Amino acid sequence: MSEENIKKFLYVNRKAPYGTIFAQEALEVVLIGAAFDQDVSLAFLDDGVFQLTKGQDTKESGLKNFSPTFRALGDYEVTKLYVEQESLDERGLTLDDLQDIQWEDEDDDYNEKPSIIVVSRAGMADVMADQDVVLSF
Amino acid sequence: MSTLHTVNKSPFQNQSLISCLGHAKAGDSVLMIEDGVYGAMSGNAMSEVVAGMGANVKLFVLGADVAARGIDAGRVAEGVTSVNYEEFVGMAASCDRVQNWL
Repeated sequence: MSEENIKKFLYVNRKAPYGTIFAQEALEVVLIGAAFDQDVSLAFLDDGVFQLTKGQDTKESGLKNFSPTFRALGDYEVTKLYVEQESLDERGLTLDDLQDIQWEDEDDDYNEKPSIIVVSRAGMADVMADQDVVLSF
Repeated sequence: MSTLHTVNKSPFQNQSLISCLGHAKAGDSVLMIEDGVYGAMSGNAMSEVVAGMGANVKLFVLGADVAARGIDAGRVAEGVTSVNYEEFVGMAASCDRVQNWL
């Protein structure tokens, strides 16, 4: 696909993972959208940061644990997961509470690089204002 | 370069309006629709917060959704412009992107 046809897509995640279907559906749409070779980023803010916590265990609840899928996004060239610092702070979370999500850079000897990019609220506003298309979940 | 933000939840139900206003850039438009119109009213516990956080953006409310909820047009806060469906479409068409705060 030629460069000029590539648009910047941002998937905005603002809801916690299991209380509603939004989070899981967003991930489904991201994976489908990845087939279209666009410039894809994900944003996690407000309760959306809870989607990325490590150690999610849904065995007893019978729910589908979709959290490992975030670690597969790199294979679909989805390598930018913006996480808002203020949203983490408000919820008593730090980066250590989140999954270690990496992608392999084929242009750099397949070195593993972190996908999570922590940004301030103002930084998140900049990311949002830099997009061609914003899809909210 | 500007964004049209839409908010369709009451600020008494969740943080969507607050989060929207916290991320909107100066000059962006914020349109309150459906239950979002409760965020456009004067004289409630959220009015001052909305006016303060929304000082640098253009605030709009969908008049049809105000009327549907039995809110007198006079209760729409100062500084909030009421628009109709046609104007809503025009705003969506003329901005660079639309971002929905669910």
